[in-house]
Amino acid sequence: MTPMSTQLVNLFASALLLLAFAMLSQRRIVRLINLFALQGLALVASTITMAYATGQSHLYWSAAINGLLKVIVLPWILHRLIRRLSVKWDIETLINIPTMMLVGIVLVVFAFNLALPISQFSHSIARGTLGIALACVLMSFLMMITRSKAVPQVIGFLSMENGLFFAATSATYGMPMVVELGIALDVLVGMVILGVFMFQIREQFDSLDIHHLEKLREE
Amino acid sequence: MSLEGIAAQAFSMVAALVLAPLLAGWVGQCRAWLQNRRAPPLLQPFRTLHKLFRKEAVMAHEASPLYRSAPYVVFACMLLAGMIIPTLSTNLPLAPAADAIALVGLFALARLFISLAAMDVGTAFGTLGARREMLIGFLAEPALLMVFFTASLLSSSTSLARIVESVSRQELTILPSLAFAGVAFTMVSLAENARIPVDNPATHLELTMIHEALVLEYSGRHLALLEWAATLKLFAYSCAGIALFFPWGVAHARDYVALALAVPVLVAKLAAGGFFLALIETTLAKMRIFRVPEFLATAFLLGVLALLVHILLGA
Repeated sequence: MTPMSTQLVNLFASALLLLAFAMLSQRRIVRLINLFALQGLALVASTITMAYATGQSHLYWSAAINGLLKVIVLPWILHRLIRRLSVKWDIETLINIPTMMLVGIVLVVFAFNLALPISQFSHSIARGTLGIALACVLMSFLMMITRSKAVPQVIGFLSMENGLFFAATSATYGMPMVVELGIALDVLVGMVILGVFMFQIREQFDSLDIHHLEKLREE
Repeated sequence: MSLEGIAAQAFSMVAALVLAPLLAGWVGQCRAWLQNRRAPPLLQPFRTLHKLFRKEAVMAHEASPLYRSAPYVVFACMLLAGMIIPTLSTNLPLAPAADAIALVGLFALARLFISLAAMDVGTAFGTLGARREMLIGFLAEPALLMVFFTASLLSSSTSLARIVESVSRQELTILPSLAFAGVAFTMVSLAENARIPVDNPATHLELTMIHEALVLEYSGRHLALLEWAATLKLFAYSCAGIALFFPWGVAHARDYVALALAVPVLVAKLAAGGFFLALIETTLAKMRIFRVPEFLATAFLLGVLALLVHILLGA
C-alpha cells in the first residue's frame, strides 16, 4: 500500500489535471479566473503535502510564495483588469468544446507516455505525477492556441507556469530558492506588462480579439 | 446453482420491484421539499401504477406487434438489470449471465426497443423523442463503458460481483481514478434517466421532452409497465453507482446475518442518493438540447481520464 502522502499528492495532481480541462472548456472569463485560482490552490496543497512528507523546509517557502501569488495576487489583478476593461461577462463563442476535449485527451496520453521513462530516474515520492504536470503544460499551450481573446491567453500563460512549477516539485522537490523567487517576480512583472498591453490592444482595435494583430496593413 | 442462491436471487428481484417505485417517490418528495411545495406521498408511484394497470390500453390501428411487445421487453430488461447488480448479496446465480459490459448492452437493448416502438405509430412526437433518445444514448454509452472499464481495471474483472467483492475488501485508500469515474457516472446517470439538466421528468412541454415523448402514445397497462421500467432503470443506475463506489455492507456468500443487515444499509444508501439527485435537480437548470453533447463529452472525458490516471498512478 502506498503511503498517505503519495496518495494525497496523487489526488491533488488529479485535481490539477481536472482543473486544466475545466479551464480548457470554460467560456466565461470570470469563471476562468476562478478556476485559475483553484488550480493555484491545488498546487499549494500538493507542495505543502510534499514538504510535510519529505521534511524539506524550502518547499514550505515556495508553497507560501505560490499561495500568495497565484491564489491571491494574480486573480485579484485579473479580476480588476477585466472589470476595468469591462469584459467581465464576456463569452468566447468560437470554441468547439467536444473537439477540444478530445485533443486534450490525446495530449494527456502523449504526455503520460513521454513522462513514464523520465520519471523512473527520479526518486521523489511524487514521481508518478510528472506526466500530469507535463499534460497541464501542454494543455495550457492548447488553450493559448485556441483562444482568440487576450485575457484567456494570459490566463493560459499563467497556468502553464503552474504546470511547470508542479513538474519541478514532483520530479526534484523544486528548484533552488533563487530561481523560484526569480520566476515569481517574472510572472508578476509579466502580468503587469500584459495588463498594459491589453489596454493598448483595446485602444487600437476597440476589441480584445488578438486576430486583429495578425493583419498587417500600411496606413 | 444452490437453493440458497435462488433464494437470494428471488429476494433481490422482489427488492428491485418494490424499492424502485419507492425510490422514485422519495426523489419526488425530496424535490417538493426543496422547492417549498407540498410533497406527494411516498407511495404515489404505486398509486399511479395501480391506476394505470386498471385502465384500458388504447392502441393505434396501425400499431405493429413490435409496439405491443416493447413495454414487456423494456420492463424485462430493466428488471434483469436491477437483479444482476449485486447490492444486497454478491452470491447471485444470474450474475454470471451479464457482466458490466453486458449490462450496458442490456440498457442499449431496452433503448432500441422503446425508440423503435415510439417511431412505430408514426406520430411526430414519437419520432422526435426517439431521435433525441438515440442521440443521448449513443453519447452516454461510451462514457458509461469507460466508467465500468476503470472499475474493472481496479479489480481486474468485468464481473460486477467480483468488482464489489474486491473493492469492499480493500483497505481504505484515496483513488483519484474512482473519483473521476464517480463524477462521470453521475453525469451519465442524469442523462440516461431523463433527469435535469438533460430532460425534465415532470413536464410534458413538447419542445423539450425526451422520455415523455417516447411514451406519449402508450396508455393503460403498457404505460404502467414503461413507467415501472423507468423507475427500475433509475434503481438499477443507483445500485450500479452504489456497487461501484460505495460497496460496503454487501453480503458475501453464505452470510445470512449480513444479508439481513444489507437491506437497511441499501435503503439508507438509496435514500441518501435520492436526496442527492433531488438536490442536483433543484439547483441546476435544464440545458439546451444542443448542449447535451458537450455535457456527455465531459462525462466521456472524465471516464477516459479516470482510466489514464489509473494507468499512470496505479491508483
